[in-house]
Amino acid sequence: MDFLFNLVNGLSLGSIYAIIALGYTMVYGIAKMLNFAHGDVIMVGAYISFCAFQYWGLPPLPSVLAAMIFCTVLGVFIERLAYRPLRSATSLAVLITAIGMSYLLQNVALLIFKSDPKNYPGQIIDLPGLSLFGGQLKISGVTLLTIIANIVIMILLTLFINRTKLGKAMRCVSEDRGAAELMGISVNRTISVTFAIGSALAAIAGVLLCSAYPIFDPYTGSMPGIKAFTAAVFGGIGSIPGAMVGGLLLGVIEILGRAYISTQLADAIVFAVLIIVLLVKPSGLLGKQVREKV
Amino acid sequence: MKAKKKKLIYNSVTFGLVIAAFLICQLLLSTGGMSRSFRGQLIPICCWIVMAVSLNLVVGISGELSLGHAGFMSIGAFTGIIVSGWMQRAFQMEDPVLRLVLAMVIGAVLAGIAGALIGIPVLRLKGDYLAIVTLAFGEIIRNLIDCLYVSVDGQSLRFGFLNNKLPGDLLMNGPNGAVSVQTIATFTAGFVLVIIALIIVLNLTNSRSGRAIQAIRDARIAAESVGINVTKYRMMAFVTSAMLAGAAGALYGLNFSTLVAAKFRFDQSINVLVFVVLGGIGNTMGSMIAATALTILPETLRDFGQYRMLAYAVVLILVMLATNNPLARAFFGRIFAPVKALFRRKKPAEPDLKGGDAK
Amino acid sequence: MSKKTHNIIVRVALLLVLVLVACLISSCGQKKEEPAATEAPKAEDVITLKIAHIGPLTGPAAVYGNATSNGGQIAADEINAAGGKYRIEYKTYDDTHDAEIALNCYNKAMDDGAQMIVGTTTTSPCIAVSAQAAKDRTFMLTPSASSTEVTKDKDNMYQICFTDPAQGTASAEYIAQNGLPTKVAVIYNNADAYSTGIYQTFVDKAKELNLEVVSETTFQDNTKDFTVQVNDAKAAGAELVFLPIYYGPASMILQTAAQIDYKPVWFGVDGMDGILDIEGFDKSLAEGVLLLTPFSADAKDEKTQNFVATYQKNYNAIPNQFAADAYDAVYALVAAAEKAGITSDMKAADCCDKLIAAMQEIKVEGVTGTMSWSANGEVTKTPTAVVIKDGKYVGFNN
Repeated sequence: MDFLFNLVNGLSLGSIYAIIALGYTMVYGIAKMLNFAHGDVIMVGAYISFCAFQYWGLPPLPSVLAAMIFCTVLGVFIERLAYRPLRSATSLAVLITAIGMSYLLQNVALLIFKSDPKNYPGQIIDLPGLSLFGGQLKISGVTLLTIIANIVIMILLTLFINRTKLGKAMRCVSEDRGAAELMGISVNRTISVTFAIGSALAAIAGVLLCSAYPIFDPYTGSMPGIKAFTAAVFGGIGSIPGAMVGGLLLGVIEILGRAYISTQLADAIVFAVLIIVLLVKPSGLLGKQVREKV
Repeated sequence: MKAKKKKLIYNSVTFGLVIAAFLICQLLLSTGGMSRSFRGQLIPICCWIVMAVSLNLVVGISGELSLGHAGFMSIGAFTGIIVSGWMQRAFQMEDPVLRLVLAMVIGAVLAGIAGALIGIPVLRLKGDYLAIVTLAFGEIIRNLIDCLYVSVDGQSLRFGFLNNKLPGDLLMNGPNGAVSVQTIATFTAGFVLVIIALIIVLNLTNSRSGRAIQAIRDARIAAESVGINVTKYRMMAFVTSAMLAGAAGALYGLNFSTLVAAKFRFDQSINVLVFVVLGGIGNTMGSMIAATALTILPETLRDFGQYRMLAYAVVLILVMLATNNPLARAFFGRIFAPVKALFRRKKPAEPDLKGGDAK
Repeated sequence: MSKKTHNIIVRVALLLVLVLVACLISSCGQKKEEPAATEAPKAEDVITLKIAHIGPLTGPAAVYGNATSNGGQIAADEINAAGGKYRIEYKTYDDTHDAEIALNCYNKAMDDGAQMIVGTTTTSPCIAVSAQAAKDRTFMLTPSASSTEVTKDKDNMYQICFTDPAQGTASAEYIAQNGLPTKVAVIYNNADAYSTGIYQTFVDKAKELNLEVVSETTFQDNTKDFTVQVNDAKAAGAELVFLPIYYGPASMILQTAAQIDYKPVWFGVDGMDGILDIEGFDKSLAEGVLLLTPFSADAKDEKTQNFVATYQKNYNAIPNQFAADAYDAVYALVAAAEKAGITSDMKAADCCDKLIAAMQEIKVEGVTGTMSWSANGEVTKTPTAVVIKDGKYVGFNN
């Protein structure tokens, strides 16, 4: 029973990591850049939906939509302003710009929303939970929704990338930017669309993250962002199912490690497992083994 | 021949810049012309310079992305603090210079050992996987140090893990970090460390091994096929870099009367990476200048009040755009053209600054 | 080759320009400050005290630094508005909860001619700064750095808040003496000096007083999920859970416990204050929470009510104990300065010993109680136990 309880909690934490990792991996797979500002877009999404619900009096679903629209615009705007001018620069230069962007978002949020933590309203996602074994084991509505959202998003993303024209363009850009351009694909437009989708996913992740763990402040996004990046690498970065599997596993390992080994060393345990897995499978759990060409 | 000459010039300019900066600082210090606020930053600046130069060896010269450099710094820092405190309390070694040197050497050695232990399995990984493993390592170290208690009891050191009931004088107190540290770091020591780091890094880069390391970076398979031992040379760069970070950590740790493990979280590693990239990947002189500039910058922005860190982020983004966008670079190139012309007039023997591949 | 050289030259030149601009800005900033320093003491009998406050205004600990900054500012404004003998120049320096930056702040404050320091807000930076200040002879009064390491071996360092061991001991004694359940669980933050400090003394004292500690679990700064910790306490049958932590994680723990129908007695310390003022927090979850705190925003006395009203007006929030401690710190400094006969033109080093002597003699009535100080810098005041009833603090014993 105890084990099941912990497993369920691990899955609910993991599903949150997974949903963030999906956005991360999407942007990474296509634009080939680590978007360190992704975690902070999540934080922005949480604040916008909070404001929409609490201050502007919107009902739950429109609040979430408002956050998604705002984050989409923000993501495209960031890409246009800070990342596109560096298209020909090294990937590290873009990485540092993304870090600068992350600081920028945090500090703007700090100025607007102040440093006091806020409690995310539970009414935004107010779903009945699942009760098993005569009430001994409860799975909250947020967890169920997060897991469903994960699966739906995963399937939609896979279909989108494999079946649509735009998806095909994305795969092209990911494979070889120069060749894509020669084939008449607008690389800039494709990457903009990628950022738009990634940021909309970040808004959803923000809503789910804060519904599950309601206390949030301007720095809320940074650690889940890093954990999700870890999860994405764990599952094989660039692989969409990998991101989900990686996220879920990371959550389960974290909770089980805390429950059965030590609460003091929770972080160390998670990262140690990660290192071991990567040593055995150097390209992540579901990552493709890329053969090097000479 | 020309390439060699150019390297010589680059190296002498680098050393010259450091020595000149040191002399100017000393002059200002002795005449009292330096504000207190700036004086207090001198030693940290030296530490961050060494961190940047050593990370540049991994990121720029060897071409690996490491996000755990602060982890090596923290090993060096806490080792240095323990060594210095132990020597003073158990063996009455009062000479600060001797203790500082000992702390830095042992800190460097332990960080180097950690670098080797991590490097052996990890250097098989590439790119982002290496990045995430180094990041993970940095976080593990931080978590472990938060649980570590160390005390001096008579002549021996006592270690406690999650156990604060130790006999004797506490040197490390769990999440309180290192406490009651005697601050023995000096600016001169910092300068010497920077010079040593420069000598090691520049010599390594320009040596046979350095060329092998760069060959592996540019074309690993090609390098392997001409018989270069890839693992050996990657390790060489990684461990050297870890040792320098350890020494810098020891100096840093002994500059403050307290130090907590949280100081060396991944954001600190990323900060050092920012120095390296901003200074130009692979460019040692650039790393130094960027480390200095970005350490001073947040302090100079104090007049912005609550907008300080916002201004810092904006400056960071703008500088990255200005130095990496081709259009912006061409624009600045034109602005600085007269400066370069000035150089050319003074040294007419160097016509190779003009276009064309002068090889 | 040449293009690369060109790139390097452009890059280095750009960076050098950046350094130059940075230096220019900083030197301008300093020049502007200086005339203000000499200008200040114009009126004959008005004494201007230059107080520097150091605390984190940005970064993950920003919430505490902003509270102390605001609380101190209100005290300074009140004193200036009252038009008495003293005028306060109060300026906050942002240390981002980092020892290196905190020392930079301190040096900058000294450059700006500060006479005394309120700060620093958080423990680790405070230890670093107070060691330097002890060497320079600068007087410091921290509103909230509660570790004993802060004052250890330093005569220039005083605290407004209780020390961590004092809180741990007092909590254990309170639980034992007031007939509260004796099967106790502790959840604390093992990456935080404050939390670990209270935990260690609490457990020692609890053993002495025959309290049975059945579950000890921890979390770290970025922990989001508290199910394991809460479930451990529940499974061990703890009837009282001691939370020596800040209100942010505490509110998460309360919500987690509600989800698994766990209803022990919750017992907090002064860091718990503020839990009722989290925007959007369901106050009914905190029903029955006991906490030992020197300050509660609901107190009926006029001083507290004025302070809370002004704070709400200026900052649109209810002050927590950090703000209250800083508010008291400024008043305490003025009281000590009056006793010591500090004048506008005294340097920090001249003030220090006089303030140290004065601190031990004065008695200050503030919003966190009536305070006096011993020679080791620790404060003596009485914490009161309050219980949360209907979303408000109520005295526990009456």
